[in-house]
Amino acid sequence: MPHFANIAVSILFDGLAYAMFLFITSVGLSVTMGLMGFVNLAHGAFAMAGGYIVVSLTRSLGIDFVPALAIASVTIGVVSIPFERFLYRRLYRSTDLEQVLLTIGLAFMAIATATYFYGPIPKSVPLPEWLQGDINLGFRYFPSYRAFLIVLGGALIAILWYAFERTNIGAKIRAAVDNRRMAESVGINVDLLFTLTFAVGSALAALGGGLAIQLFGLSPSFAVIYLVLFLIVVAVGGLGSLKGTLLAALVLGVFDTGGKYLLADAGGFFIYAVTVAVLLIKPAGFYGRE
Amino acid sequence: MTAALQVEGLNRAFGALPVTRDVNLTLERGARRALIGPNGAGKTTLVNLITGVLKPNSGRVLLDGDDITSLSQAARARRGLARTFQINQLFRGLTVLENLCMTIGERDGNCNNLWRSAGAKRSVIDEAIDHLESLRLVDDALKLVRELPYGRQRLVEIAIALAQKPRVLLLDEPAAGVPSSESHLILDVVAALDPDIAVLIIEHDMDVVFRFAKEITVLVQGAVLTHGTPNEIMNNAQVRDVYLGQEGHRGGQHG
Amino acid sequence: MSASGRERARERAAEYLLRRHRFRPAEALPWLIAIAAYFIFPDRMTFGSQVLIMVMFALSLDLILGYAGIVTLGHAAFFGIGAYTVGLAAARLQWNEPISGLFAAAIVAGFVGFITGWFLLRYRGLTLLMLTLATAIMLQETGNLRSDISGGYDGLPGLTFDPLFGKFDYDLYGHTYYLYVLAVLAVVFYFVRRIVYSPFGQALTGIRENVRRMHAIGSPVHRRLVTVYTIAAAIAGVAGALFTQTNAYVTLTVFDFDNSAKVMVMLILGGTGRLYGAFLGAVVYMVLEDYFSKLSPTFWQFGIGLLLVLAVLFARRGVLGLFESVGQYFAERKKS
Repeated sequence: MPHFANIAVSILFDGLAYAMFLFITSVGLSVTMGLMGFVNLAHGAFAMAGGYIVVSLTRSLGIDFVPALAIASVTIGVVSIPFERFLYRRLYRSTDLEQVLLTIGLAFMAIATATYFYGPIPKSVPLPEWLQGDINLGFRYFPSYRAFLIVLGGALIAILWYAFERTNIGAKIRAAVDNRRMAESVGINVDLLFTLTFAVGSALAALGGGLAIQLFGLSPSFAVIYLVLFLIVVAVGGLGSLKGTLLAALVLGVFDTGGKYLLADAGGFFIYAVTVAVLLIKPAGFYGRE
Repeated sequence: MTAALQVEGLNRAFGALPVTRDVNLTLERGARRALIGPNGAGKTTLVNLITGVLKPNSGRVLLDGDDITSLSQAARARRGLARTFQINQLFRGLTVLENLCMTIGERDGNCNNLWRSAGAKRSVIDEAIDHLESLRLVDDALKLVRELPYGRQRLVEIAIALAQKPRVLLLDEPAAGVPSSESHLILDVVAALDPDIAVLIIEHDMDVVFRFAKEITVLVQGAVLTHGTPNEIMNNAQVRDVYLGQEGHRGGQHG
Repeated sequence: MSASGRERARERAAEYLLRRHRFRPAEALPWLIAIAAYFIFPDRMTFGSQVLIMVMFALSLDLILGYAGIVTLGHAAFFGIGAYTVGLAAARLQWNEPISGLFAAAIVAGFVGFITGWFLLRYRGLTLLMLTLATAIMLQETGNLRSDISGGYDGLPGLTFDPLFGKFDYDLYGHTYYLYVLAVLAVVFYFVRRIVYSPFGQALTGIRENVRRMHAIGSPVHRRLVTVYTIAAAIAGVAGALFTQTNAYVTLTVFDFDNSAKVMVMLILGGTGRLYGAFLGAVVYMVLEDYFSKLSPTFWQFGIGLLLVLAVLFARRGVLGLFESVGQYFAERKKS
């Protein structure tokens, strides 16, 4: 392949893989923020926790990577339920600031706990044979792990899209995001809905955290450093929108990857510049409601 | 003579739903006009369009002959357009006095001052007390708004609007939510408003309407059904069917 | 009402407002404590300066957050701009005069605050949080990009500053610095106090309490917000400048989100919108941090997280709010 096209393909591929990671981890945050208007800055901590569970499962218990991902997601999904029911629920009518502070406090506690048990040094996970190295897609070789990310992401997008657009529950969620009071008056159990979406969102975050280990390494500060990214994806995509989160993840993922490829140091700039540009023009994000 | 407030061909839709349809309205100086209509007729929306909370899709709003359609809500207020909200919008954590002083301060530019104490400009305080006195709220001056009974809070809402020294005053259901034992306070105030101010009042209570209004505009589904004097409206069969009949009120019985 | 009755009401009203804005004896307390610290803890003066700098930083945020009610995540940007104005002036321009450095920092930081505020303060909520955060990060990244100028994350070490007014030299234990910072803080505080109790300050409170009403009475809300944001940015810049001067060193970490979060925590702990909340919160936080993070940084982080959670659940208005509640409780008891 000509050199220029080669680079373009690499950027698109890596950008797409990165976008899948961003989407998987952020979609839960977008839906819960859109549904309940609750600013959950502990979302990154859930992702981090998922990652550390995968680390423990694979390294201490010898479980394979992919099953470990599944176990970690479900575990965090379940664990998040008492948080929502007993803690978050008390603050649904509070100010943004109070929600921010409470969840940052939780994040700090989570980071400290992770540091205590795992130490501050970044961890890695042993990958199965088929996820290591490259895979031959005919015209080029691509890193297998990233290809896996793209396929997994695609599958999850399809599943989520189906669940959102074609099922009863999905319709209820969309209705509640659109107008909670109306939904309640029509008899939709918004409380239960929220617990459900929160659990699924947290499970996905945990999955994202587990997937991130191979990409960035996992250290306790992951909870806060990547939180900024998730918030940006959510804000740019628009709260409560699956489409928006996906579009934002793609745009930001590709721009960030491209920027870093082509402009090395200056590249880190792009993701923030794009964010500011989008929000100045569309303050509610791509698909957000005013 | 130029009308105090003129609304020409005002249109507004939310998506595919028209909420204000080609509304024309004129308020002369000293007008006392009531805006009535069934629930959902778009009365508050119309007030929001006039005050600038909403921008119309088409049409104009003129204040004393000047086109204010492109002005912000605050700019219109500074030109003498005041309103009260259907649900009190007050500074609940502040005293009644401070609610008034702030309003006066925004009007006369005192709030641009970063240096002297908020209590230093006597003219502001004096005027605030005058307003409170005319509404019989002086004894509550140093109480926090949230500690007042709802009826008194409603009076504070009106006091703030009056403290803006408006030329046009829009009252959105001023007696709404006020227990009947206290509603006379509101009504007395409305009856005693400065004759120079043009007043538009949204009301459901026909007793209030017929007592206060010299003219009535009937709004149905976002469009003006008819304008007229209380007598004309009372005897208008269309209005009876659409509105008075629905309300089941004996307002038509006034002689 | 009779004319004399009205006159009495007016007097009472004026007296009420003026009384609230007069200096109360209790207000001398924090300053006396600060001066006492100079004599009681002579070997902790460098730490003392940093505490006072944080008080100033928290005070600047209180103007925006506590009084105007605007939540942002990028306030550290202005601290950093002030810090780097002084740092770069000393390192690259050989400008070592401290007082003029403070003015320069205030002007530059204030200017950036004005520009960004003018654009960004049209937004609220999550949008504003993200915009302010992104702006702060971009500033940091810019500094990182031109690390040849900024020194990057290694920073600009070994900065020197002229003696104050050409006379007072800096001793090894930071005694002169402490008094210098305290003096600057006193001046800044005097300005902030006047602003808060002015009609403008009243308008800010109005914007915080009910912005809808403010629009309806004709308040130029955006203009007011940009004004207070600019002032707060300038003050944060002065705090940053003092940071560089007292540490003789500055790195890009001054722009960290951590800093923005830290100062917000201090304010919440102390109590927002109460002027002295900044004092209380900053002192408590810095002292606790100094003690616990030496013991175990992990333990400290857990503790501060827990403190935040508990504060939000049980003490929303911070420590000063707790005091007020207790005071109110006893006042009620006395009445009955």
